[in-house]
Amino acid sequence: MTTQPMAKPETTAVTSSRAERPPAIEIRGLRKRFGDREVLKGIDLVVQRGSILVILGGSGMGKSVLMKHIIGLLQPDAGQVIVDGEDISHMSALELKRVRRKFGMVFQQGALFDSMTNWENVAFPLREHRKDLKGQALDDKVRSLFELFSLKADIQGPRFPSELSGGQRKRVALARAVALEPEIVLYDEPTTGLDPITTDQVDEMILDAKKHLGITSVVISHDIASAFKIADHIIFVYEGEIVVAGLKKEMLASEHPFVKQFFATWASKNI
Amino acid sequence: MTSSGLPVPAPTPRASPLRVVREIITAIGQGPLGFIDQAGRLALFCLSTLFWLPRRPFRWSQLFRHLRDVGFGSLFIVVLTGFFTGMVFGFQTLQGFRRFGAEALVGPATLLTLSRELGPVLTGLMVAGRSGSGMATELGTMRVTEQIDAMATLAVEPMQYLVVPRVLAATFMMPLLTAIFTGCGFLGCYLIGVGREGIDPGVFLYETWLATDPDDFYEGWIKGAFFGAQISLISSYEGFQASGGARGVGEAATRAVVLSSVSILVGTYVLAEMLDPLIHSYIHFDALPK
Repeated sequence: MTTQPMAKPETTAVTSSRAERPPAIEIRGLRKRFGDREVLKGIDLVVQRGSILVILGGSGMGKSVLMKHIIGLLQPDAGQVIVDGEDISHMSALELKRVRRKFGMVFQQGALFDSMTNWENVAFPLREHRKDLKGQALDDKVRSLFELFSLKADIQGPRFPSELSGGQRKRVALARAVALEPEIVLYDEPTTGLDPITTDQVDEMILDAKKHLGITSVVISHDIASAFKIADHIIFVYEGEIVVAGLKKEMLASEHPFVKQFFATWASKNI
Repeated sequence: MTSSGLPVPAPTPRASPLRVVREIITAIGQGPLGFIDQAGRLALFCLSTLFWLPRRPFRWSQLFRHLRDVGFGSLFIVVLTGFFTGMVFGFQTLQGFRRFGAEALVGPATLLTLSRELGPVLTGLMVAGRSGSGMATELGTMRVTEQIDAMATLAVEPMQYLVVPRVLAATFMMPLLTAIFTGCGFLGCYLIGVGREGIDPGVFLYETWLATDPDDFYEGWIKGAFFGAQISLISSYEGFQASGGARGVGEAATRAVVLSSVSILVGTYVLAEMLDPLIHSYIHFDALPK
C-alpha cells in the first residue's frame, strides 16, 4: 500500500489498483455545527475503492457525525462529501435514496427494527430492492446470510431482536447491512460488546468483504487491536479534526497529547 | 489558589444595565422564536409528507396495519365515550327542554350537536390520546434507537414508509369513527329519552328525521378527516423530533397529545367558519314542524 502525497496534513488517501475510477469517498473541508458547538472543523479525507479506513478517537469527538455525513444522514454546514464522483452534500431526498443503494451501515446498537422478527429484519432490504427474490428464493438468501454470520437457526424464526444477546443483535445487523451486497459498508463500532471470538470473526468478515468483493469499508472503532489488524489506513479524530493519519507506526509515534494518552492507556491494559 | 490548594472561585462579574436589558429581551424573544422555529419545522414536515404521498411504492401492508391500529384499536373507547356522551347530553338537554314542553326535540338537538361538533371533536381527542400518543412513542423510540436512520441507510425513505401510511390511515378512519361516535351517542340519547323519560319512540325519531339533514353529517365527517390528518402529522412529527432516550420519547408523546388536542379545539372553530358557508348555505328551519 502506498500513500498519496497529502495536500494538507489532515488529508489522507489510500490507493488501490483501480485508481482510474473516482475514489469511493472524498470529503473536502467538511464542517458541522450543532448550536454553539462546532463538531467537525474542516475534515479532508479520501478513501479509495476496496480499502478499509478505520476512524479512531475518543467519545464525542465527531466520529459518528462524520460517518452520518458520508451516508447523507446529515448535511454539512460547509464542505463537500463526494461519493463515487457525486457530491451528495446537497442532494434531494430522491437522489440520496438512489445513492444510498451503494451503502450498507451497521449501527452502534444494531438499530434493528424491533417491530419485525430477525428474519424480517434481514429480509427487509431484499424485499424493498430485490423484487425478483420471493418465497423460497428469499428465504434461502436470508438463511445464507444468517449462516454467513454464524447465526443459529433458532433465532431465525418468529423471534424478535429483543430476544437476542448484544452480540447476536450485532450480527443480525451485519447480515442486514450486507444483504444487498453494497459497494461501501460503514461500521459504527461493529465489535463493541462482542466476545473475542466473534470480534475476530467480524474482523475476518470485513477483510473477506474487501478481498473477495472489493467492498470499501469505513469503520469507527475503539478496538485498537482490531483497527491495527484490518486497516489500510487509520485516522485519529480529536475535537472535530484529524490529528493523526497513517497506520500503526504513525499512531504510536504521534506526539499529540490525547493520542499519546489514548494509546498509552491501551498499551498498559494489554501488557 | 488558597493555602489549602483549592482553587479560588472567580469573582462574579457585575451585571451592567445594558447586559440585564439584553438578557430580558433575549428571554422574551426566545418563546416566540422557538414557536416560529417549531411551526416552520412542522410545516416542512407536512410538505415532505405531501411530497412522498403520491410516490411509489405504495405501502399497502403498512396502510392496512395502521387502519387497523387507528380504526379497530380506537373503536371500543369511541363507542364507550360516544354512548355516554349521548346519554349525558340527552339527560341534560331534557332538563332544559322540559321547561318549554319541548322534550320531543331532544333527539334532533343531540344528533345535530353530535354530528356537527361533539362527534368529530371528542372522537379526535380520543384518537389523539390513544393512537396519537402511540404513534409518537413508536416513532420516537425508533428515532432514539437509530431505527429511522437505519431505514434511510437501507435506501427506504422513512417519511414514505412510516409517516404516509399513518397519515392516510388516520385521515380515512377518523370520519368512520366520528360516524360511529355519533351513532352511539344518538343511541344513548334514545335510551334516556325513550327508555327513561318515556318519550314516544315514533315522535322521537320523526322529530329527529325532520330536523336533521345529510349536510350536518358531512360537516362532521370532513372535520373528522382534517382532525385525523392533524393528529397523525403532529404525532409523527413529535416522534421524529424525539431525542435523549426514554425521557425524550415520553416528552414527545406528551407533546403529541397536548398539541393534537389543542389543534383539534382550535381547528373545529376554524373549520366551522370555513365549512359552514360551503355546506350549510341554506337553513333547514322550514323542515321543522310548524
